[in-house]
Amino acid sequence: MEKFKKIVGIAAPFTRINVDTDLIIPAESLKTISRKGLGKDLFSYIRFNENGSQNNKFILNQPNYKNSKILVTGKNFGCGSSREHAVWALKDFGIKCLIGTEFADIFYNNCFKNGVLAIILDSKKVEKIIKIVSSSKNSELEIDLESQTVKTKQNEIINFDILPYLKRNLLEGVDDISKTLEKKKLIDEYEFDMKKKYPWLEKKNG
Amino acid sequence: MSENKSPKTLFDKIWKNHVIDNIDESNSLLYIDLHLVHEVTSPQAFEGLRLSKRNVRQPDKTFAVPDHNVPTVNRDKIEDELSKKQLKALEKNTKDFGISYFPIDDIRQGIVHIIGPEQGLTQPGMTIVCGDSHTSTHGAFGALAFGIGTSEVEHVLATQTLLQKPAKNMRINLNGKTQKGVTAKDLILGLIGKIGTAGGTGHVIEYAGSAIKNLSMEGRMTICNMSIEAGARAGLIAPDETTFNYIKGRNFAPKENWDQALKFWKSLPSDETAKYDNEEILEVNKLEPQVTWGTSPQDVSSIKGKVPNPENEKDLNKRQSIINSLEYMGLKPGTKLEDIKLDQVFIGSCTNSRIEDLREAANIVKGKSVKTKAMVVPGSGLVRQQAEEEGLDKIFKEAGFEWRESGCSMCLAMNADKLKPGERCASTSNRNFEGRQGKGGRTHLVSPIMAAAAAISGRLTDVREFI
Repeated sequence: MEKFKKIVGIAAPFTRINVDTDLIIPAESLKTISRKGLGKDLFSYIRFNENGSQNNKFILNQPNYKNSKILVTGKNFGCGSSREHAVWALKDFGIKCLIGTEFADIFYNNCFKNGVLAIILDSKKVEKIIKIVSSSKNSELEIDLESQTVKTKQNEIINFDILPYLKRNLLEGVDDISKTLEKKKLIDEYEFDMKKKYPWLEKKNG
Repeated sequence: MSENKSPKTLFDKIWKNHVIDNIDESNSLLYIDLHLVHEVTSPQAFEGLRLSKRNVRQPDKTFAVPDHNVPTVNRDKIEDELSKKQLKALEKNTKDFGISYFPIDDIRQGIVHIIGPEQGLTQPGMTIVCGDSHTSTHGAFGALAFGIGTSEVEHVLATQTLLQKPAKNMRINLNGKTQKGVTAKDLILGLIGKIGTAGGTGHVIEYAGSAIKNLSMEGRMTICNMSIEAGARAGLIAPDETTFNYIKGRNFAPKENWDQALKFWKSLPSDETAKYDNEEILEVNKLEPQVTWGTSPQDVSSIKGKVPNPENEKDLNKRQSIINSLEYMGLKPGTKLEDIKLDQVFIGSCTNSRIEDLREAANIVKGKSVKTKAMVVPGSGLVRQQAEEEGLDKIFKEAGFEWRESGCSMCLAMNADKLKPGERCASTSNRNFEGRQGKGGRTHLVSPIMAAAAAISGRLTDVREFI
């Protein structure tokens, strides 16, 4: 998995609440067998008008935010469907980090499996960041995972918490599957015990 | 160890039974008993296995079925090239890795969350995952079941385990007796209206109380199905006689080990003095049939209600959200919900496409005619067959409904079944998000009998007028 250490980039404030993964990437864009190339369809229902032209009101279409690397989100971002395509689309578009008060559980997990850092802060801090990055001259932020800090253009520092294993995984770009396969013996033992304890769980074709 | 003797919830018990390794306090390696796979969220996972030359650890604990993409008419010739490619990929992947597969022309094919219970694969005390958020459905059997992303699908395929953060316990008691015309769908919609779409974030919700106890397995599945719409990781209902009776005799149900399994299942319900991190109560006596008016499942009201006025909302973000919803839905504040006219009615989805749903809906439409375009998409080939044996297909067809083959269909509009921009639909599915049933389409979530009543009157309707 791709590592995440430090990024400097434009942060776009997208304050809409309950943004669901259907809005991030609609179902019609899921007919793919690849993880790549989904950025073009990111937020497609609200990013583009019906005739296919850009919706200039949408934040990521505004000149200052076109190349955003960070999205500052409203409450409960990523709710709904488990589609990892939502994270693939954000990443393919160039978004490497999300900041919000709350993310839906599956979406949050999916971010970390793809080297995307989702930062949870209290609402006061998020509101403050939204206020700062809403001004185009101050919309750049520096995110440093090692020190767990968000730094504004005015060198103001905001600290964030993160679970130690998520931090370590991102910093090292850990491949979860390889790590788990190192525990093969434990899994073997569990299965051996289980067969004795719960014999009905062994598949028996009806 | 004193910890082992402390009272436990149903969730605690299943969790403890499946932990292989506690990596740290916020991360455990959990064994997965059943992995369900469909065509949309799995191709990249199989690709990952091939690239890293890994195998599926337990093909016998993995079941695949195409559902999201499949057409519900003319299935012998799939016209959409992209869908065809995805369906072909699933067929090849299941063959290459030796996974059980119910192809599109198999009577057992259907929506993945319908066929797990139908085949008896879903059993109490199991851990069940699928690359689909509505995996929560299986929690109705007292199984810990939740949706995962594609990277996690690959992890489960390769290792039969998953890295998980422990969830918090929430219990929701639904007390009382429901009125005539109020179904499991109304209970869960009413509950989401109360706690909101993030009300369950980080939690596993255990549904309890007399209103749950009195539900059939099918109703319980509807409740647990929409746990994700309350933001919960999973939903759970303690297994009881209703559960056991449902499982007994199904294809993959325990046979020679039945008594042993039963004894174990009976040990699963939460201990009486178990502690929950959060508790909620919903009194259901006065609950009326529910319908959504906005673009989030929490935007819900009694059918007797009106479209809300955003100006009455103090929270600015929420007010903006209502304004956006009403603009998208083409609705004016103060409009009576019963006055909202419809273009289409959809009866289907993993929430409401089981045989009881179809029976109840057919009972409402019998001898009447629809005023909208309307379709019924049974949850599986076997549900469809059963309905036809009971003559339900004739009732629907005579009333003007289209009688389709099984799949996810217009719940998420990945196949050809979708709304046109501006079209308004009463739907028995689970999400009224913008564009969910087709770009620009407008969705009102309702129960199957409310959908049936809506089709007959051509507008959102209080089904109690028809009972």
